[in-house]
Amino acid sequence: MERTWSRPGPALDLLLKGGRVVDPGEGIDEVQDVLIRKGKVAELGTSLEAPGGVREVDARGLLVLPGFVDLHTHLRTPGREDEEDLATGTRAAAAGGYVAVFGMANTDPVVDTAALLSGLIERARREAVVPAGFFAAVSRGLAGEQLTEMAELAEAGAVGFSDDGQPLATAQLVRRALQYVKLTDRFVAVHAEDASLVRGGQMHEGPVSARLGLGGMPSIAESIDVQRVLEVVAYEDGRVHLCHLSAAASLEHLERAKKAGVRVTAEVTPHHLTMTDDEVASLESTLKMNPPLREESDRAALVKALKSGLVDCVATDHAPHAPEEKDVPFEEAPFGTTGLETAFAALYTGLVKKRALPLATLVARMSAGPAAIAGIDSPAVRAGARADLCVVDPEAVWTVARDGFQSRSSNSAWLGRKLTGRVRLTVAAGRLAWEADA
Amino acid sequence: MAKRDLISMEDLSRDQVELLLDTAESFLPVLERDIKKVPTLRGRTIINLFWEASTRTSSSFDLAAKRLSADTLGLKAKGSAVEKGESLKDTAITLSAYGPDIIVMRHPSAGACQVLSANTEASVINAGDGKHQHPTQCLLDLFSLRQTFGRDLSGMKIWIVGDILHSRVARSDIMGFQMLGMDVTLAAPPTMMPRGIEEMGVSVEYDLGRLKEADVIYLLRIQQERIKAGANFLPSLREYSRLFGITTARLQPHQRVMHPGPINRGVEIGADIADDDENLIAHQVFSGLAVRMAILYRTVVGYSDVSSGGEVL
Repeated sequence: MERTWSRPGPALDLLLKGGRVVDPGEGIDEVQDVLIRKGKVAELGTSLEAPGGVREVDARGLLVLPGFVDLHTHLRTPGREDEEDLATGTRAAAAGGYVAVFGMANTDPVVDTAALLSGLIERARREAVVPAGFFAAVSRGLAGEQLTEMAELAEAGAVGFSDDGQPLATAQLVRRALQYVKLTDRFVAVHAEDASLVRGGQMHEGPVSARLGLGGMPSIAESIDVQRVLEVVAYEDGRVHLCHLSAAASLEHLERAKKAGVRVTAEVTPHHLTMTDDEVASLESTLKMNPPLREESDRAALVKALKSGLVDCVATDHAPHAPEEKDVPFEEAPFGTTGLETAFAALYTGLVKKRALPLATLVARMSAGPAAIAGIDSPAVRAGARADLCVVDPEAVWTVARDGFQSRSSNSAWLGRKLTGRVRLTVAAGRLAWEADA
Repeated sequence: MAKRDLISMEDLSRDQVELLLDTAESFLPVLERDIKKVPTLRGRTIINLFWEASTRTSSSFDLAAKRLSADTLGLKAKGSAVEKGESLKDTAITLSAYGPDIIVMRHPSAGACQVLSANTEASVINAGDGKHQHPTQCLLDLFSLRQTFGRDLSGMKIWIVGDILHSRVARSDIMGFQMLGMDVTLAAPPTMMPRGIEEMGVSVEYDLGRLKEADVIYLLRIQQERIKAGANFLPSLREYSRLFGITTARLQPHQRVMHPGPINRGVEIGADIADDDENLIAHQVFSGLAVRMAILYRTVVGYSDVSSGGEVL
C-alpha cells in the first residue's frame, strides 16, 4: 500500500566516488563507492568505475547517508499556499536531505475526508519532488467531537491520524480514536497538551518567563496529557505516536509505558534538542513555538532519550509562516519554526560535533526510525535497494540566512546562526531531488 | 552612531542610571520657573504612540517633550490606521518618513519595541510593553526614592506587594532597585507570583508577616479582570484586600508607600494611606516629568558627558 507520492522523473544513473557511507541499518561506516543505476543502488565497492554515460560525483570527504524521513511537516496545503505548497515544501525537504515527508492535517480546509485527501495525493503526484504522504485528522474539522471516517481515509492513503496543532480534546476522544483506528493498520499521533494550563502562554514557564513577563506554558501541560494518553493506550492496548516531546517529565511517563509493553513511539524536534528558553530573551518571534523551548535539564534529557532510543526519531515540526504573520511583536506571533533545511546541520553542529550523539545514531533516528513508524521501507544504502540517500559535506560551515531557503517561508529559529554540515545532493525515490550549487 | 533605545532596564548601566537621575535633578529648577521651557531639543521631533490606555505616562512624555521645545506628535490606536488593520511594522515605516528623533511607545504586547526599532531610524523609548518592561516608570521611582532618602539607597529594604505576575512595573523596578543596591522582597498570593522569579535575586513572601522589616512598600494595582471566572487568580477583591491590602494599621511610622497608579482605593491601598501626604505617590507623578525630560534629552545627546555631572543648563 502506497503511503507517499511524488512527481515522475527520470530514474537516476550516478556514481558517488569515495564518500564515507554511514548506514547504521546496514552496519556500514566506511569509505565506499556507490553506483546508482536506473534509480536503484546497483553496487557498493572500493574502486568502482562509472559505466559509459554515467556521471561521476567526487564524494571524497563527504558523507553518504540513507535519506531522512520527516514524520511531522506542515505543508500548509491546501489553504495557505502563500506559506508553503507541495512543490516548495518538498524542495525544502530535498535540500535538507529528506526523501519522504508527511504533512499534518491542520490545513484549511482540514484533511478530514477521503475526497480531500485524494485531491492532495493527486497534487503530490504532480508537484512533489520528494515523496510526500499525509496525515488525516482524528476529528472532523479538528473540532474534537466526531471521528473522521478513518477506514476510508486509510484506504485513500493516510499514513496515520492526528489533530496536531492541538491536543485531543477529551479522554473520550482519545479512547474512541484508539479503538476505531484498529479497523485500519494505521496509528494515531498525538500533540500532547493540557489546554487549560497553557491559556495565554507564550513560552516555557520558568525563571526566563518570570523575568520577561511572558505568559508561561508549564512543562506539566505536556506531561499531564502524555500521561493521560498513555493510560488510555494501555487500557485499550492501542498504538500511539507522541509528537514533539519537549519536557523531561514526559520522558519519564514514556519510559514507564515502554517498559510495561505499551505500544508507543515518540519524536523530538531539532530545536528542542539544541536550544533552550534562554534564547527567548531576544524576543525574536522565530523562537516562539509550541511546545516551547524548555530548560537545559529538559534539553539534556531529550538528547539522552534520543541516544538511548527511548525516543524513536527526530521530526522537524516544520511550520512555515508568512512574513507578515511573524514580523510582529513576540506576543502576537503565531507558534512555529521552519526546520526541514536546517535539521541535519543543527543536530550535527549541536550534538554530533559536540560528541553528545554518535553520527550513526543521528542517522538512524532521522531515517530508519521514522520510516518504521510510518510503515514505509527504510531508506538504505544497500545494493538492490531503491536509491533514497543524501550526500552531506560535514565540513561546510554556513550561516542560515533569510534569502537562502527553498521553503516559501523563512521563519527559522536558526536565522543568523552558523551551522556545520550541508546537504550537497539528495536522491529520493531513485530520482535526483536536490543538488547544491558547487 | 548607533541609535539609543531604552526598551528594558537592562539597556542601562548603573552609571547611566545615575546620570539620568542627576540630569532629571538639574531640570527641577526649570519646572519651578514661570516660563517652564528650555530650548534644548528645539527642532527635534518626538512621536508618542500609545496603543494602550495611559494617563500619567502619555501626558508626562508629551509635556516633557514640550518643556524641551521639541515638536511632538501623539497617536493613539483608537482613530488611527491601527483600527484599519495596519501592522506595527507599517506604522513604524509610515511614521519614520517624518524623520522623528524619538518614538515613545506603549503597546499591549511584549516584543513590540523590538519590531518598532527594527523598522525605524528613530530611538525607541518603551513606555510599557505588555507585562515585560516599563523602564521610565522605574527611573521615576528611583528618582522619587533618591529625592526622599538621599543619593545612597543601598541596603534599603523595599517590598513590592501585589500582582507581580502581570506587572511590567515590578519587573523593571526589581532590576532598577537592585542596580542601586536595594534589597527587594516580593509579596503576593501564590497565584500572582511568577514561577522562578526568585532567580532574579529577590525574596518571596506569601503574607505580610514580615512587612515591618520594609523601609518602603511599593504597591501594585489589582485589576478587576483577575477575578473573572475562569481566570482564578483571586477568589475576590475583598479577600485580597483582607490579606494584602495596605492600611495605616499595617504600617510602621517610618514606612513610606509608593504606587505607580492608578490606585484602587480599598483594594490594594486603604483610603487613609491614599490621602496621607506622607506617601510618595504624588511625588512619583511629579518625578515623571523631570525624569522623562532627562530621558528624552539623554536619548538625543547621549550619556558620554558623565564628567559634567549631568549639568545641562
